[in-house]
Amino acid sequence: MNGGDIETMRAPKLMLQYALRWKSTAKEVISHSIVFAQFFSLMHLTNAYICSPTLVYGPSMLPTLNFTGDVILVEKLSPLLGKVGPGDVVLVRSPENPRKTITKRIVGVEGDTITFLVDPGSSDRSDSMLVPKGHVWIQGDNIYASNDSRQLGPIPYGLILGKAFCRVWPPEDFGPLRQ
Amino acid sequence: MSTQNFLLDLAKKCFTAGIIGLAISDNIASFMAVRGSSMSPTLNPHSNSSTGFALDDYVLVQKQNFEDYKVRDVVVFRSPSKYKEKNVRRIAGLPGDSINLPSHDTVTVPHGHCFVIGDNSACSLDSRSSGLIPLGLLCGCVTHIIWPPQRIGEVNSRTNTTLPAVQVHASE
Repeated sequence: MNGGDIETMRAPKLMLQYALRWKSTAKEVISHSIVFAQFFSLMHLTNAYICSPTLVYGPSMLPTLNFTGDVILVEKLSPLLGKVGPGDVVLVRSPENPRKTITKRIVGVEGDTITFLVDPGSSDRSDSMLVPKGHVWIQGDNIYASNDSRQLGPIPYGLILGKAFCRVWPPEDFGPLRQ
Repeated sequence: MSTQNFLLDLAKKCFTAGIIGLAISDNIASFMAVRGSSMSPTLNPHSNSSTGFALDDYVLVQKQNFEDYKVRDVVVFRSPSKYKEKNVRRIAGLPGDSINLPSHDTVTVPHGHCFVIGDNSACSLDSRSSGLIPLGLLCGCVTHIIWPPQRIGEVNSRTNTTLPAVQVHASE
């Protein structure tokens, strides 16, 4: 009987202690998770809006980029601001397969008339085309082995993901890309 | 001194909230206002009445993978001709589907593209006139209406059985 009284007296105190302990733990957990979220958001932001490294390979940009695979830095800001123009090397989401990205050079923007060789390997038949509004004409530097606007047609501007400006790998070719 | 500290703290909190919000809106879901009547009656059913201020629908746009888009989903995509604009339409055909247009043409949707159409087919600029949309231009799938309050609810994407103005033959 006596012991039971003591128990009922102590119970609220214990609960208060528990509550305080849990409060401090919860606070710590929340502050830690905010730091985590901040870190990941900052990483996403840098990747999506400022610049990100990309591995590119294939024969289509041959004199500029190597066949075996280069790592280039792609800057994401200028397509958002509408500041890519003819001569820029751009990363484009492939219209045939949205999982793939392709790297090509912009040859013409909207309103330009482009004259191009249809099949440079076997004939010198050329064709010309007006680039419609909101589209760009992209072509690889190696016109003999490139799948670009000559086959795909003009590319909507919204598919441009970024502008390549610097090569970081292999180290002996480190430096800004040739225009 | 304390005012300076307070302002610094406030700026830090705003910055944190901003970057976390931007990351969520880029990766998971975001809000968007729908203008125009090209998707009525699903979205903006009364937008042709002239008191056009509080009548815009606000919708929840969920980001998803390119494989997860289904026929009859209401999607948001960047306009192919104006990259700063976004349009809302319903997907009528995915790669491999063939579509009978009212002009008796049959279009087979090529790889990596989709055929979109507005619910209000009388006044909607869509794939019937401007061509197919590359899947890379899709920004997300409209799942819910969140404003105005009397119209809160899901956008009926899979229940609507007939697509206006075209007949779709699935690939299989």
